[in-house]
Amino acid sequence: MVHGELWTLKELFVYPNEYIYWSVQIVMYPFMTGLVAGAFVLSSLYHVFGIKQLREMARFALVFSFALLFVAPMPIVLHLQHPFRGVNIFMTPHFTSAIAAFGIVFSAYGAIVASELWFLYRKHFVEVALPLKEKQDKGLLEWLKFFVFCSLTLGVYDVSEETLKRDEKAIRVLAAIGIPVACFLHGYAGFIFGSVKANALWMTPLMPVIFIMSAIVSGIALCMLTYIVTMELRKWVSSRKKSPYRYSESKQELAGVEVNVIKITAKYLLMFLVLAITLELLDLIFRGYTAVKSWDVIRSVIYGRDFTDIFILQYAIGNLIPLVLFLLPGLTIRRAVLGVCFVLFGVFMMRWNVVIGGQAFSLTFAGYMHYHLPIVPYDWETFKEGLAGALSIALMPFPLFWVMSKIFPVFDAKGSH
Amino acid sequence: MINRRDFLKFTVKGIAGVALPLAAFEIVNPRKLFADKSDTSRVRYVFLIDTYKCVGCGMCVKACKLENEIPYDANVTRTWVERYVITKDGKTFADTPKGARDGFTTSRIDLGMGKFQDIKNEDIDKAFFVPKLCNQCENPPCVQVCPVGATYQAPDGVVMVDRDWCIGCGYCIMGCPYGVRFFHPVYHTAEKCNFCYHRITKGLKTACVDVCPFGARQIGNIKDPNDPVTKIIMTERVGILKEEYGTKPQAFYIGLDREVK
Repeated sequence: MVHGELWTLKELFVYPNEYIYWSVQIVMYPFMTGLVAGAFVLSSLYHVFGIKQLREMARFALVFSFALLFVAPMPIVLHLQHPFRGVNIFMTPHFTSAIAAFGIVFSAYGAIVASELWFLYRKHFVEVALPLKEKQDKGLLEWLKFFVFCSLTLGVYDVSEETLKRDEKAIRVLAAIGIPVACFLHGYAGFIFGSVKANALWMTPLMPVIFIMSAIVSGIALCMLTYIVTMELRKWVSSRKKSPYRYSESKQELAGVEVNVIKITAKYLLMFLVLAITLELLDLIFRGYTAVKSWDVIRSVIYGRDFTDIFILQYAIGNLIPLVLFLLPGLTIRRAVLGVCFVLFGVFMMRWNVVIGGQAFSLTFAGYMHYHLPIVPYDWETFKEGLAGALSIALMPFPLFWVMSKIFPVFDAKGSH
Repeated sequence: MINRRDFLKFTVKGIAGVALPLAAFEIVNPRKLFADKSDTSRVRYVFLIDTYKCVGCGMCVKACKLENEIPYDANVTRTWVERYVITKDGKTFADTPKGARDGFTTSRIDLGMGKFQDIKNEDIDKAFFVPKLCNQCENPPCVQVCPVGATYQAPDGVVMVDRDWCIGCGYCIMGCPYGVRFFHPVYHTAEKCNFCYHRITKGLKTACVDVCPFGARQIGNIKDPNDPVTKIIMTERVGILKEEYGTKPQAFYIGLDREVK
């Protein structure tokens, strides 16, 4: 069977070689990189612009961004017909291609996040490693911990006030460099689509900017969601562990912090959400107004075949409802959870409508292609290019985040600075 | 602790130490390699299709599949023939069942999803066939977007794919406005028409040109003024497909209609 034939249904006049070649994994790719970039921008709001209220969220977002970073290239690997040749991109990058820069942009960004994390948690590493070093009879686990944290210090044990001050400066600089790099990382994912001149729906210079805005929206939303979930878990844990007197105090304390952080973060979410919607609508209006050759077929897709996906699922449920939820006064945690879930869904649908929607019509402009996502996997292809593959990618960051939070404690304020 | 001076010194030494051995490597340009083998710059292959002569028999598609080892029953093909039927009420119908591998055996138009459209002969204004293949563009978007340089253009204009280097990302397939590219069902790499490069470089014609009973397809060298194909392109009125993409296609058509997609 030809690649793509399994999930493509052709209607009217479509060229014989046309199939939906870029399927659900290519929807996941910009979605995941978007989360990476968004989470990083959120953490930078505190480090660069000194928005004090986001202190707690900043550390959390940075670690989460790092966890997401490892997942971001996975959809591409699963999508490649020859995944083991993926390394060719690093060996013979062909720089006229937008994808060729992936290796460079991605590694640069990874290096920035890793160094920022190091400066942020250096003190913590030293504080863990030093007592273990002095301890005489270490158990196996302690040895392991000792080795991990010893190597993480990179041999630097100087945690004097002066050096810590310098660390903070380094973090600020790294975060400042990181913002444009994060935007580039994702803007360039938009460029991959926006520069395909053969695809009438994708080709617009607005694409990278739209991608960046929706990326920040989704990144902030996911950070808020994960933050709420972990805070709720902490509340639950603290209510089980502590004596009745201590517990109520600590639980209230935690809840207070949680609501505060969420309220502030929600403001930034709203700001970027409005920007993203504005740009997307501008693109739509511009296409309708200029009405070039491809408009007839694009209109029939946008207002006809994909109406539910675009106007109901993406704009109404994904944008309008969360906009109202966050704008209503007196934001509660429950409403915030509902809001961010809708936002995440909306951004996912936006990616879907770009990637799948862009292939919903034929290059002939006289035919259509329908995508049927493989639900039940029965071979490797239907697994990786189906619902199961997409879900594995979506869930992958969470266990990674859990492992990373063992090394970079996201809540222990004493451990870092 | 290391001071700034030492740090800079070490950094410079380190970079120099790494850069020197790296400088021994040369990034090999496939174009250059190709040019070293033979001087083909005096050749620029072009294709000429006379749509008036095509009857839609599909021999070219069959021959191409066999010659280039594209699985016969796979629903992909390097070349295909399209049928256009324009009715008196101004509607345009087009189809290419199985790329017209078996020709057009019925007058019903294939609408896809198992539906067919009957058109009465008296309702037809005009109808014709258009063979399609890779345009071997002068400005090929597929070559531009390949992230690893696995697809490249030879100096004689033919665009080819390196099956050993293609990673199978599909970017070139998305980048081609003509839909000539696909994934090879066996090799799982990008695949396309290369004007039967193994034949034309030996002085033979492409399989489709050879097999066409009506002479609808011709291949020539536009740099040779005495080539019959060149003469036709230079003296007669020929059209190209999808000019608006700026790809500068090198497959020329006689009798192109505005309805051709």
